[in-house]
Amino acid sequence: MSKVSKAQEFQERIDNGETIEPKDWMPERYQKQLIRMMSQHAHSEVVGMLPEGNWITRAPSLRRKMILLSKVQDEAGHGLYLYSATETLGASRQEVIDDLLNGRAKYSSIFNYPTLSWADVAVIGWLVDGAAIINQTMLARSSYGPYSRAMVRICKEESFHKKQGYEMVAQMADGTPEQQEMIQDAVDRWWWPTLMMFGPHDEDSPNSAELIKWGVKSKTNDELRQSFVDRHVQEAHTVGLEIPDPELEYNEDTGHWEFGEIDWDEFWNVVRGNGPMNKERMKARREAHENGKWVREAAEEYARKKKLSKEKAS
Amino acid sequence: MSEDKNTNNEDTQWPLWEVFTQPRDGKPHEHAGSVHAPDAEMALENARDVYARRKEAVNIWVVPSDQIVASKGEDAGPFFDPADDKPYRHPQFYSVPRATKRRK
Repeated sequence: MSKVSKAQEFQERIDNGETIEPKDWMPERYQKQLIRMMSQHAHSEVVGMLPEGNWITRAPSLRRKMILLSKVQDEAGHGLYLYSATETLGASRQEVIDDLLNGRAKYSSIFNYPTLSWADVAVIGWLVDGAAIINQTMLARSSYGPYSRAMVRICKEESFHKKQGYEMVAQMADGTPEQQEMIQDAVDRWWWPTLMMFGPHDEDSPNSAELIKWGVKSKTNDELRQSFVDRHVQEAHTVGLEIPDPELEYNEDTGHWEFGEIDWDEFWNVVRGNGPMNKERMKARREAHENGKWVREAAEEYARKKKLSKEKAS
Repeated sequence: MSEDKNTNNEDTQWPLWEVFTQPRDGKPHEHAGSVHAPDAEMALENARDVYARRKEAVNIWVVPSDQIVASKGEDAGPFFDPADDKPYRHPQFYSVPRATKRRK
């Protein structure tokens, strides 16, 4: 069978809503794009543990500490689901992790912002995980089977993340004047970076059209961003918080909230590695990998000794 | 199964294991994903930590990935063809007296 007809046949399967599995024929570029996108997603989950992990020892109560520990553990799990799904495309775990540690692979720009107060933990759960859910609910219908199944699993857990965040936001917004000020300050700092999580405008997004054609994505960056704004503006107003956007206005005709222009210079600057925390995040990841070496070695040695003693016994 | 397969150079990622979880008693095991581990016991523990943090499973299987033999996706049609010409394997193939059919 010629290559052209294989590509056509592949596109027909996608258009019919069929799921592509690891052993199926797929265009090289589909495979490459998925490896790029899925490993970037995996890296984001793992790097995402850093800003919140920063606050585990300083959680205001035991309850909040348990919740945060559990949430950060989930993020590690999400990273693993995604690395495992990426490996089904023939990428090795070591390769994709090396790409991150060498700076060849990216992770979500949102994690390059610092967490300055405990209120940031609340707002990350509410806004950042809220944005992640919108994106991931769409990806749960992705054409690539292992990716979509990993997303179904992740979405189930992510709703706990968002809910615990929003609960905390609501509590602080209803708290002492100091707490109210803290939470509003956190919203002011995280709102715009969260809007940037959905990526550039559709016309500036080089990969979107292709990913939609292949059924990896089913909505554009701007569509996803709009549904995020609609949902979260309402949630902010419910608990009496302000959105830091003077141009924010409800359009009765469309039923959507219209919002101001994102600072794209800042976005590209952070993507290119010049955000406030880019260097620290990468340093922390490299150190974690290096300092975790003894654990990997110990586990291997333990397995070797166990095998030896089993052989002796038999 | 320790350091023989799938491992490369000094920064080892260990062999890959496929994880199958049984959600409830009486249900079949379903593929959940994979883990890396130096031996079967640690693969089981990693699988529990990664795929069953919320009691998603009552039982877990781990299988070395390179031990799984699978049919090829693109051959799906021809490979399963022989099933097509045996309609007599299905109950719909058989006609029964009308009276029996109507009885509910």
